[in-house]
Amino acid sequence: MSGGENSIVQFDNVGLRYGTDKEVLSDISFTLYPGSFYFLTGASGAGKTSMLKLLYLAQRPTRGAIRMFGHDLITQPRASLPDFRRRIGVVFQDFRLIPHLTAFDNVALPLRISGMSESEIAKPVADMLEWVGLEHRIDARPATLSGGEQQRVAIARAVIARPEILVADEPTGNVDPEMAVKLLRLFEALNRLGTTVVVATHDVHLLRKVPDSLIMRLDKGTLSDPTGALRYPPKREVIAG
Amino acid sequence: MINSGLIRRGGPRFSGASSRMMPQARIAGPMPWVIAIMIALTVMAAGAGLALSNVASNARAEIAGGVTIQIVEGAPAERERQADRTLTFLGGREDIISFRRVPDEELAALLEPWLGEAATESEAVPTPALIDVRLSGPVTARRLQDLRAALVAEVPAARLDAQAGWLAPVFEAIRSLQYLAIGLVVLLAATSVAAVWLAARSALGSNRDTIEVIHHLGGSDGQIARIFQRSIGLDAALGGAAGLALGVGAIFVLGRQFSDLGSGLVAGGALALEDWITIAAVPVAGVVLAVLTARLTVIGALRRML
Repeated sequence: MSGGENSIVQFDNVGLRYGTDKEVLSDISFTLYPGSFYFLTGASGAGKTSMLKLLYLAQRPTRGAIRMFGHDLITQPRASLPDFRRRIGVVFQDFRLIPHLTAFDNVALPLRISGMSESEIAKPVADMLEWVGLEHRIDARPATLSGGEQQRVAIARAVIARPEILVADEPTGNVDPEMAVKLLRLFEALNRLGTTVVVATHDVHLLRKVPDSLIMRLDKGTLSDPTGALRYPPKREVIAG
Repeated sequence: MINSGLIRRGGPRFSGASSRMMPQARIAGPMPWVIAIMIALTVMAAGAGLALSNVASNARAEIAGGVTIQIVEGAPAERERQADRTLTFLGGREDIISFRRVPDEELAALLEPWLGEAATESEAVPTPALIDVRLSGPVTARRLQDLRAALVAEVPAARLDAQAGWLAPVFEAIRSLQYLAIGLVVLLAATSVAAVWLAARSALGSNRDTIEVIHHLGGSDGQIARIFQRSIGLDAALGGAAGLALGVGAIFVLGRQFSDLGSGLVAGGALALEDWITIAAVPVAGVVLAVLTARLTVIGALRRML
């Protein structure tokens, strides 16, 4: 497999097809290092969501190799995958908040899954909700939140456990420009602490807001990498968290 | 602001707050009532099976070693003479614990419903003299044959029968009823498993989105299964307690009605302490079965996800 030894994610000639249909992703190869910030762009139907599903381990590729956190994911037993997933934060395009849980409980979910006690959970969850401007909606259920508020809860849930990789599918699609910038700053802060961030978006204005980011452009299931920067990216300085 | 190193690796358990992750009402619904009915029926079937078992073992103990001798002689004087010789013969044997001639009045009372008062009084229908004998140890075919040969040599009109032989069809019927009770318990357990399986599948279906989110956030199959186990375990415990109360109530009522019959055979079916412990274990077994079924169902369904 090509790529660096210290990479956090490495895709090598990955292909994905659903059933007997033609491949939705073909020959995808790239390497992500800790602390890198990527925007994943492409037209609708280009394969962005499928790519993200591979990244947050909702799908196995039908061919090729994926290494994550130094492990070959293709040969990993299914039982070990939850440990990998706990190191990945996901912001779903449709938020996927649990409807009968409050904003607090939704954000606390990853911490509870990881086995933290209620006393350890209370403060970080409250801080996170304050950061995304929802401290006054702590007990609100998703149905009573606006689209933008739901998106902020989803983002807070994805970053609360300080994941090593953050995967976000159109995370600023439902918020005003001011909140979009604020959320990007949150992603950047995580990024500076070493979290690898992958944000799928079709908002070109967003790309300019993070100058050090790299752009992964998908076109009909193939990754555009004319300079090879995605496959062999330059290393970045990472601030220890 | 951003906390660092919050996540713990490994395979943690959800804390108590995790029970809020699934809406309980969707899992509960009619489950406690279904389980209550199943447990009540199982308790009744188990109670009946245990009572029948007690009836059979008490009756066996009572007639073990029992032999009935009939002196079949038409002439009353000769019958009396041979009956006396039989009593003398029995008194001289060491393998006999006790013997008793059934008094003529007792015999007449037994026959009265069939022959009428006049028939038994007037010797119009000659009835044999009956002697109830208790051997030491069980009556084997060989012992019966030896005793018969020795007695008939002295008392030609004597006929010997092991009491167990008379009651063999009754024991066969009791054994069949015991098998029926066991079959009912097994069927009810299978039905309970099916009901829990359906409830777990239904709960899985209605909570699919929640399960997928927990799964994507790193929840393990075991963690997700435990949420369902806890919920179905609680339903089963509630249903089991109600079912036990219903079943035990029914056993008490039936037991009282049967004891009023005053039959010696039925009285032998009274439940002992260990029987009540077995009956009390039925809802516990029900809870274990429900939790195990829920776990296997949920884990089986989750394995179809990556």
